[in-house]
Amino acid sequence: MDFINAIVLLLNYTVIPALTYGSQLALGAIFVTLVYGILRFANFATGDMMSFGTMVAVLLTFYFQSLGISFGLLPTALLTIPPAILAMIFYMLFIDKFVFSYYRVKKSPPVQLAMVSVGVMFVTQAIIRIIIGPFDRRFFDGEKFILKANEFKEMTGLNEGLTIKSTQAITIFVTVIVVSIMFWFLNRTKTGTSMRAYSDNEDLALLSGIDPKKVVLITWIIAGILATIGGVLYGLDKSYRPFVYFNNMLPIFAAAIVGGIGNPFGAFLGGYVIAFAEILVTYAYKKFFAYLLPEFMEPDSLMQLLSTDYKFAVSFSILVIVLLFRPSGIFKGKTL
Amino acid sequence: MAFFEGSKMTAGYGDGPDIISSCTINVDKGEIVAILGPNGAGKSTAMKTMLGLLNLKSGSVLINGEDITNLSPQDRVKKGISFVPQSKNVFAELTVKENLEVGAFLRTDKLDKILNDIYDLFPILEEKQSQIVGELSGGQRQQVALGRALMIKPSVLMLDEPTAGVSPIVMDELFEHIIKVKKTNVAIIMVEQNAKQALSISDRGYVLVTGQNKFEGSGNELLNDPEVRRSFLGA
Repeated sequence: MDFINAIVLLLNYTVIPALTYGSQLALGAIFVTLVYGILRFANFATGDMMSFGTMVAVLLTFYFQSLGISFGLLPTALLTIPPAILAMIFYMLFIDKFVFSYYRVKKSPPVQLAMVSVGVMFVTQAIIRIIIGPFDRRFFDGEKFILKANEFKEMTGLNEGLTIKSTQAITIFVTVIVVSIMFWFLNRTKTGTSMRAYSDNEDLALLSGIDPKKVVLITWIIAGILATIGGVLYGLDKSYRPFVYFNNMLPIFAAAIVGGIGNPFGAFLGGYVIAFAEILVTYAYKKFFAYLLPEFMEPDSLMQLLSTDYKFAVSFSILVIVLLFRPSGIFKGKTL
Repeated sequence: MAFFEGSKMTAGYGDGPDIISSCTINVDKGEIVAILGPNGAGKSTAMKTMLGLLNLKSGSVLINGEDITNLSPQDRVKKGISFVPQSKNVFAELTVKENLEVGAFLRTDKLDKILNDIYDLFPILEEKQSQIVGELSGGQRQQVALGRALMIKPSVLMLDEPTAGVSPIVMDELFEHIIKVKKTNVAIIMVEQNAKQALSISDRGYVLVTGQNKFEGSGNELLNDPEVRRSFLGA
């Protein structure tokens, strides 16, 4: 019984949160890796673009709520994702047309484009600050839990409760669907193949009649979908703090690099690697050991490797270790 | 009037000096034409100019009597001119079949028939169709490159050093494939370093020196021309 309690404890406090957080990172990491593979630069505006899409969803959610529109048990924000995606794509294409395309046509080196994206990041942050301000906002509504700790305890008679928040289930469910559709698109459709071909060998792709403008357009459309969904899911699960997305760029980039930058499937798995590492390293195992060990061996300390304040240090360390020992990423195989 | 002709072409990279000057190259359907010459003679440049990768300062490029001098490379590909670059001529991260499919991007009809034609020409590609091209051998990659270029059913095929960096055995095999392609009534221009072997399968050849036509003639004429032999074939 103690053993099962220990497992439930771990599930509740590490596995489920890590799967949720990992999904959110994975969506951002695929965004980074796609832009890197096709547009050939590290987009430092990733985090704030996600924040921008989420901001639109938050504002629309408040508007829908004021109109009395709701999505039943599910959060209203899910209804606002499609229009928010449209706004996000429009914003990205606007930025691309007036900023990135100039450097792309000039064939500027990737580092220059990366610096340009830092500029875009600052501008995007300013726009967000002007429109919605820097404050914390909760926009979650609907049913909060799918499974409550007390219900679980009654059902199973265990000491430990298992909680599944609806945002966690929604995050994992939506991520699986979005990522499946995206991989189907990239691997099975003509347009997807042309994107992979363009990423692999740009000159030959041009000679094969692939239209670079179309490839760039589709890339931003997919990026807009990923950024908005990833951002909204993260905001629903925690709360919408506009500038927390900037901090999330470190784990997102770490995930993309761990997966081998340019490799979307690697980025997808990389998101979970980073999430599990962050959560497992910063979790306090005292109670877990209390269940498993005999009473006299019970640990006095929290049994926590690192304080949660240092969770970014975990992704940073993984990033450095991967770059030192496996710079092409820990997953073998093809890139985009 | 030849089927595909670049006449009196003068061109260079950007604002730099002219690499080729008043250079004329033509080819007819069902013919293999080799462009030979020492390093830096402008062989590849001449070919790239015919594809439109360089802007002409003077001269013209015609296909089937139509002036295509001002068309972009992509538009020339639509006219049925296919090009196999010397390096990076395949999508290394895509499968063999995907490479061929991308080659046929400009086609709107069903691919099954043309795909089967290519598999008939290069049986190994059918066997390896779902393998990643990056995992194939050099000779097999060159076959993928040829196959990709043939997917649009081109009337002109341009090959930039198709045998660079492959073993002599593979080279013979590749030349056999090129002859098979020629028999499907395609006009073939190739730039080659292996001059003797290239001339032996070519109907005609051009020898360029410092960007100008120096010698031209049938494969045998050039092979037996004492001056060409001495200055260029090294025997």
